Amino acid sequence: MTTTQKTADLPAAKSADSAGTPLLQVKDLHVEFHTRDGVVKAINGVNYSVDSGETLAVLGESGSGKSVTAQAIMGILDMPPGRIPSGEILYRGQDMLTMSGEERRKIRGRKIAMIFQDALSSLNPVLSVGYQLGEMFRVHQGLSKKDAKAKAIELMDRVRIPAAKERVNDYPHQFSGGMRQRIMIAMALALEPDLIIADEPTTALDVTVQAQVMDLLAELQREYNMGLILITHDLGVVADVADKIAVMYAGRIVETAPVHELYKRPAHPYTKGLLDSIPRLDHKGSELYAIKGLPPNMARVPAGCAFNPRCDRAQDICRTEVPALHPVTEQDGTTLVGRGSACHFWKETIHG
Amino acid sequence: MPDLTKTEETEPVKAPVAEGAPVPPADPAVGKPRSLWSDAWSDLRRSPMFIISSAMILLLLVIAAFPGWFTSLSPRDSDMALYLQKPQFGAFFSPEWLGYDGQGYSVYTRLIHGARNSILIGVSVTVLVTFVGGLLGMLAGYFGGWVDTVISRITDVFLGLPFLLGAMVILVSFETRAVYVIVLALAVLGWTLVARVMRGSVITVKQADYVMAAKALGASTTRILFRHVLPNAVTPVIVVATIALGGYISAEATLSFLGIGLAPPAVSWGVDINTAKDLLRNAPHVLLWPGLMLSFTILAFIMFGEAVRNALDPKLR
Amino acid sequence: MGRYVARRLLQMIPVFIGVTLLVFLMMYALPGDPVRALYGDQTIDPAQIAAIKADLGLDLPLWQQYWNYLMGLPQGDFGEQIATGLPVGEVIARALPITARLALLAFIIIVIVGIGLGMVAGLNAGRWPDTVVLFVTLIFISVPVFVLGYIYQYVFSNTLNWTSPLVTDSENLGELLMPAFVLASLSLAYVARLTRSSVAENRRADYMRTAIAKGLPQRRVLSVHLLRNSMIPVVTFLGVDIGTLMAGAVVTEGIFNINGIGSELFTALFRREGSTVVGLVTLIVIIYLAISLLVDLLYAVLDPRIRYA
Repeated sequence: MTTTQKTADLPAAKSADSAGTPLLQVKDLHVEFHTRDGVVKAINGVNYSVDSGETLAVLGESGSGKSVTAQAIMGILDMPPGRIPSGEILYRGQDMLTMSGEERRKIRGRKIAMIFQDALSSLNPVLSVGYQLGEMFRVHQGLSKKDAKAKAIELMDRVRIPAAKERVNDYPHQFSGGMRQRIMIAMALALEPDLIIADEPTTALDVTVQAQVMDLLAELQREYNMGLILITHDLGVVADVADKIAVMYAGRIVETAPVHELYKRPAHPYTKGLLDSIPRLDHKGSELYAIKGLPPNMARVPAGCAFNPRCDRAQDICRTEVPALHPVTEQDGTTLVGRGSACHFWKETIHG
Repeated sequence: MPDLTKTEETEPVKAPVAEGAPVPPADPAVGKPRSLWSDAWSDLRRSPMFIISSAMILLLLVIAAFPGWFTSLSPRDSDMALYLQKPQFGAFFSPEWLGYDGQGYSVYTRLIHGARNSILIGVSVTVLVTFVGGLLGMLAGYFGGWVDTVISRITDVFLGLPFLLGAMVILVSFETRAVYVIVLALAVLGWTLVARVMRGSVITVKQADYVMAAKALGASTTRILFRHVLPNAVTPVIVVATIALGGYISAEATLSFLGIGLAPPAVSWGVDINTAKDLLRNAPHVLLWPGLMLSFTILAFIMFGEAVRNALDPKLR
Repeated sequence: MGRYVARRLLQMIPVFIGVTLLVFLMMYALPGDPVRALYGDQTIDPAQIAAIKADLGLDLPLWQQYWNYLMGLPQGDFGEQIATGLPVGEVIARALPITARLALLAFIIIVIVGIGLGMVAGLNAGRWPDTVVLFVTLIFISVPVFVLGYIYQYVFSNTLNWTSPLVTDSENLGELLMPAFVLASLSLAYVARLTRSSVAENRRADYMRTAIAKGLPQRRVLSVHLLRNSMIPVVTFLGVDIGTLMAGAVVTEGIFNINGIGSELFTALFRREGSTVVGLVTLIVIIYLAISLLVDLLYAVLDPRIRYA
């Protein structure tokens, strides 16, 4: 069953790739929430894409819209109060927003899987881990209860959970935080999806465990040649695993860049501020930089560039005009592939 | 707010991006800090359930206080010539409006005069139960130890005995059952519920930092109890007591119906329903109207209690 | 597990003794004389009353009466009825199956209708089905059982002629259905509301999001992932509620003329039949305690996070 499915999918994937269609493409996505206190525009025109084997890191503070975008892709937004007034989410060129509920359900888990931040609350507390893993095979592949359990044990071995056979009937609360997150990863990997969305997969973990979990995720991604969208607020995690980065602020992408270029030469004051506020050993003793002010209240986003009240460079234009995502070039005008900045003064930021 | 948490200190290549107040997109209302009570009040004023139930209760209170405003007859003015006369729905608020019962009493007049006892009993039991149960529950929760053991075991015993059953066993021993006897009987059985809720609430509150702080600053026990613990622990008690009020009214009517609550010449809807039950087939109105009036009263208090709960305990919404 | 059960059983002893003693004291220490009550208004020779009392052990000090009663219980001896001379145990054996049938029927109605309504409301929280269920349950909570009983009787028997107004044959489930609905109505409303809030809360839980993200069909998400988690508080309530059902039987059995535990208790109360009242209350308390233990154990099955130590 598994093998036939894989071979059936492969040519399609190849042809899609050769035609230049990305695995997943988000086009001008808008999401708003209708609350008692009015309409909150959580996402205002987000664009990004991921290819097979590629890792996109989406970086931003809480409330920047990074998780909401992911939920929109998965189709797990609470609607209402959420609403998607416009935009497209293309999976292999097909818009998932226009699909029927049943079509989308078949993509979820099988083609696109998600890893959540808090594995303890994201796993069902009253069902055994083996049951929750096996459920993927039972529902999507029609396996028997027994075969599904065998598969679950196999999966737990894959993500290197010790004594998988003995622990398959344990419940989520009986595992440590790191082990639980491995179970989440195993669940996402179960059907070898094309794309995994990991929403802050390591935030809830101890630092030592964080690295192990990230390494495991990166390794499995390489092995299965999956696309990965890594949502995080942690610049440290990003540097090691991501290919490209999209920085989000107040529901918009403010900067995109290949990972190392972003670190070397940020083209947006917000990104620059984030990088400057990383504590560094070679600057020991000097005062740590911090971006002044607080992230905006999404019900009252400042006019113009949303970052203007916290920006050192802010001019009058920043308070009136929303900057578009400008293509970023070298000083001589050479295009920098994959780079963009939504700042009126991107030139000054990157070059001056 | 550039405070770095522990994890960020231990790993050098990490930026504290998520510092500052998180702003969840679904709940953007970060207005001025409002207190629980003023917040609850502004919720209540907008709640239709609260407005409707308040109006119902107000009406009932006026009826209970001034029955003479609504009917000219006394509840014991009997005219056997009018035996089981059917209601005349055109004759609003006149004695014959809702017909006459098997003793020639005006059903409407009895309805009006029955309100006082019901509400008096319901409110008195609630007040008594809240004070006694609240105090004992607070002591049990705050002091723990043997105080808690004694009070908790007693509440266990009372909670093992179904409420109505207990009330029946107590009341059947009394030859005459005045209003205060019924109030006491219901209160004796009812305080345990409030005590249990208060105890749980106080145990949560007493571990709060501000109580610890008050203790550390050397505040007296009474001051801590009444200034710090009580105001913060009282909310669930208010909610439980308000909702229970409707239950006490229902209990009184049930007991009177069974013949072990109020008895004639006292006027009670329960008694009226009891005398009407044998006439159900021929004269349903004699039973229906007191039944509806009783239900209306219970409904008013329960709706009120729920509106208060929704406002005070947003988690339950 | 075994140790937990043992400890729970031990903890039940003081509650059991407390409740029976309480009822015992209320029946015997408060004014009123059961032997005197037997003869109504007739004048009677005090010596004869004293003889009957001595025969029944009612002349002994109260504590001794209670002690004798407690000692009799393990042998199934609930004492003797004063009026009939029948052992209370026999009265119970005759009446219990009738009430058990009624209560069981009511319980089934509570579970099916209550949880069903609660699910519908919880899944539609804030929309019209929720409002309808809220309104209907509010009515059920507000209308006292005895009023509801007569309304049902009038509507379904006297007017629609669907069923007999009084139960003539307590083994006829069709006849018991209406009384069972009356008995069930209040608890049904509470179960519906509890289920509603539990479902409405769990519906937003992270693991529900995970279940949807796994691509599970809606039915499976609801029945496997939502229902089981939502039932945990409901089960607790159902356990506690059994006692209330038994007490509610006093009213319901009276209205529909069913000769179960409830009407025996009611008659005994008026005759001041101490032994019968205490015996029946003891029975109700035993049932209540046994079921609450059962519910606690069921809890562990439903929620693996609970560990008995």
